[in-house]
Amino acid sequence: MSLWKIAWRSIQQRALASALTAFDMGLGVALVVSVIVIHNVIDQSFRRGSQGYDMIVGAKGGKLQLVLNTVFHMSEPIENIPYSYYREFTDGRFANAVEAAIPVCMGHAYKDCQVVATTPNMFEDLTYMGDQQYEFADGENFRMDEPFTAVIGSVASKRTGLGVGSTFRPVHPGSVEAIGQNGNTGNATGDNNHHQPIKIVGVLKHTGTPNDGAIFMNMEGFFRFPCHSGGPASTENFMSKRKVDDKFQKKKYETADAHKNTPVNTIMPDLGEHAYGPGGNVHHYETADKDKEITAILICTDMSKPKLAMVLPDVVNGEEVAQAVMPTRVITELFDGIVGNVQLLLLILAVLVVVVAGVGILVSIYNSMSDRRHEIAVMRALGASRVTVGTIILLESIMLSLGGGLFGLAVGHALVGVLAPTIAEQTGVIVGAFQFQWQELILIPGLLVLATLVGYLPAMSAYSTDVAKSLAAGQ
Amino acid sequence: MLYLTKIKKSFDEPGGGKLPILDIPDFRLDKGEQMALVGRSGCGKSTLLYVVSGISRPDSGGVKVGEWDITLFTEAECDRFRAEHIGYVFQTFNLLSGFSALENVMLGMRFARKRIRKDRAKHLLDRVGLSHRMTHRPSQMSVGEQQRVSVARALANAPNLLLADEPTANVDSGHQQQVVDLLRDTCREEEVSLIVVTHTPEVAEQFERIDNLEHINRAVEIK
Repeated sequence: MSLWKIAWRSIQQRALASALTAFDMGLGVALVVSVIVIHNVIDQSFRRGSQGYDMIVGAKGGKLQLVLNTVFHMSEPIENIPYSYYREFTDGRFANAVEAAIPVCMGHAYKDCQVVATTPNMFEDLTYMGDQQYEFADGENFRMDEPFTAVIGSVASKRTGLGVGSTFRPVHPGSVEAIGQNGNTGNATGDNNHHQPIKIVGVLKHTGTPNDGAIFMNMEGFFRFPCHSGGPASTENFMSKRKVDDKFQKKKYETADAHKNTPVNTIMPDLGEHAYGPGGNVHHYETADKDKEITAILICTDMSKPKLAMVLPDVVNGEEVAQAVMPTRVITELFDGIVGNVQLLLLILAVLVVVVAGVGILVSIYNSMSDRRHEIAVMRALGASRVTVGTIILLESIMLSLGGGLFGLAVGHALVGVLAPTIAEQTGVIVGAFQFQWQELILIPGLLVLATLVGYLPAMSAYSTDVAKSLAAGQ
Repeated sequence: MLYLTKIKKSFDEPGGGKLPILDIPDFRLDKGEQMALVGRSGCGKSTLLYVVSGISRPDSGGVKVGEWDITLFTEAECDRFRAEHIGYVFQTFNLLSGFSALENVMLGMRFARKRIRKDRAKHLLDRVGLSHRMTHRPSQMSVGEQQRVSVARALANAPNLLLADEPTANVDSGHQQQVVDLLRDTCREEEVSLIVVTHTPEVAEQFERIDNLEHINRAVEIK
C-alpha cells in the first residue's frame, strides 16, 4: 500500500471538503488557462494581420493609427495620400525596391464590416501567415474591368449574410445610411444611399487574419462613387486633402534634390535618375489619377535587394507626403508596451486566484488536522515515522492541487471550445479546445511547488504530533 | 525477551516541577511468555506500554527488546523497530476508518517497510474469523469484529512482542473471552510474547503471570 493511496483515502474521508477545495483550485487554474488562451488569441490576431507585406505607406500621423486602420480595419483613417504617390511604388522612383505594392482605400463600411477598396493584386501578390495564398471558398477574385464588384471575407460573409451574387451598398460609418444598415433607423436596403450597388463575386476562405472580417471592393468602382470622383457629391472626408497632393507635388522634388547627394543615391543606384529625374518631373499621370486619393499602400519590399529595401522607409519618411511604418514593429511595440502589460496584469491576477485557492487547501487540511491527530498518532504507533506522516499530508495537498489543477485545465479548455465559434467570428482566430499553449506546461510544476508550500504547515503539524498524548486523548 | 532496568519516567507539571510516573527497577518478560498487567487507573500502565514500545522515551534506564536497547535508538530507528518488532492492540481498536479490514492489516506492513504480503494479511484475517469481512470498512463491522481486525493488524509484521492496552474494555462480556482467546492463541502460534493490560479480573485470571504495576512501580508509592 503506497503513501499515495493512504493520502487518497484520507481525501476520500473528507470527500465534500476535499472536492470543494479542489474545485476552488480548479476555478483558479481555469482562469489562468483562459487568460493564457486569450493572450494567445490576442497575440495571434495582432501578429497574423501584418503578414504578407512588411511595410505600410500612409499619410503622416500616428503610426499606430495607420497600422490599426490598415491592418486590422479598426480606428479611423488618418488622412489620404495622392494616388500618384502610389504609382511611385509601382512604376516610379521606388519601383526597384518593391516587389508588390497594393493600394487600399478605407472609410466605407457595410453592417459593421469595413469595406476596403483595393486591386485584385491584393489576393494575388500578397500571402498571409507566411506563404499561404488567398483562396476562395466560393466564386473568384474581382477583376479590374468590373468596377462594381467585390470579394468578402469568411467572417464578414457570415456576419452580413452576403454571398456570391449578393449586392450591397457601402456607406460612410456614422452616416444615416450606416445607422439604417445596423437596424436602428432608416431602412436596411440603403435606399437613401448614393453609392452604386456592389456585387459580391467571391467569398474568401478563412485565413485567421483581420481580412476575414472585411469586404474588398474594386478600387476602380470606389473612385467612381460620386463622393470620390470630385463630382457634386464630394465629401470632406475623401477629397479635402487636395492640399496634401499639392504639397506633395511641390515637396517631392525638393526632397529628391536633397537626397541626390545622400547615401540613398549611392546604395540605390537603380533609382538614380529614374528616382530623381531631371527637372523633377518624372511621371505624367492621367488627370484622373491626380484627383485620386488612397488611404495607404501595402508594400512588399524586394528581399533580393535588401539594401534598397532597408533604405526605402528612410526615403519615404524623409519626404513630407507620407510615412512608412513597419507593421510588425508597431504591433510588437503595442503588444509589449500596452497589451502585453494588461495581459501580464490579468495573468498576475489569475495566478493570485490560484494562490488564494492554494491557501484554501492549506486552511482545509490544517483545519482537519485536529480531527486527524488521533489517526496520525495511530499510524505513528504502528511504526510510521514523523517523515512518513508528514509526507502523507504533503501528498494529500499535492493531490488536491493537481486534481483541482487538471480539473481546471479541462474546464478552461472546455470553455475555450465553447467560445471558439465566437472567438473565430469576432477575431478571426481559430482556437480549439485541445489547443494547448506552452505556458500551460508551467502550471503543473507551479502547482506542485504551491502544493508543497501550502502543505508544509499541516505536514509540520502532523510531523510534530505528540503520539502518547493524542492516543490518550482518543481513548 | 523484554528487559527493563531502572526505568524512570516523569511528566512536567503545569505549575513546574516533575510528576514521577514510572520508577521500575527491574522487569522481565521471556520469549513467548504471556502476562496480565493490572493496577488502578493512573498507576502508569499505558505509560509503561508507551515506553516499552518506544512511543515515549524514559527519563533514564534501559529498555531491551530481544538484543536491542531501544533507548539507544534515534526516533526514526525506534519507529522502524516498533513497526517491525512490536504489535499494539488498543482499547478503542483505532482502526483507520477510511480503510477496509484488509487494508488496515496491510497498513502495518507498509510502515515496517517490509514487502507487503497480502496473503499473510488475508491469512491473519482468516485466523481471526473475518475472511468474509476483508473489504468491509470499520463502520460496517461490529465492535467485536473491529477488535479482531486490530489483533490481526498487530500481528501483521510477525512481532516479537505484542502489547494490548485494555483490549476488552470496549467489548461486551460475551465477546471478552473470544478476544482473550484470540490474543493468547495467536500469540502462542506465532511465538509472540504478550502483555495484556486489563482492569477486568476475569481476564487477568486467565494468565499464569499477573503483575500488579502498583507493586513494581516505586513511583506509585511516591505519589
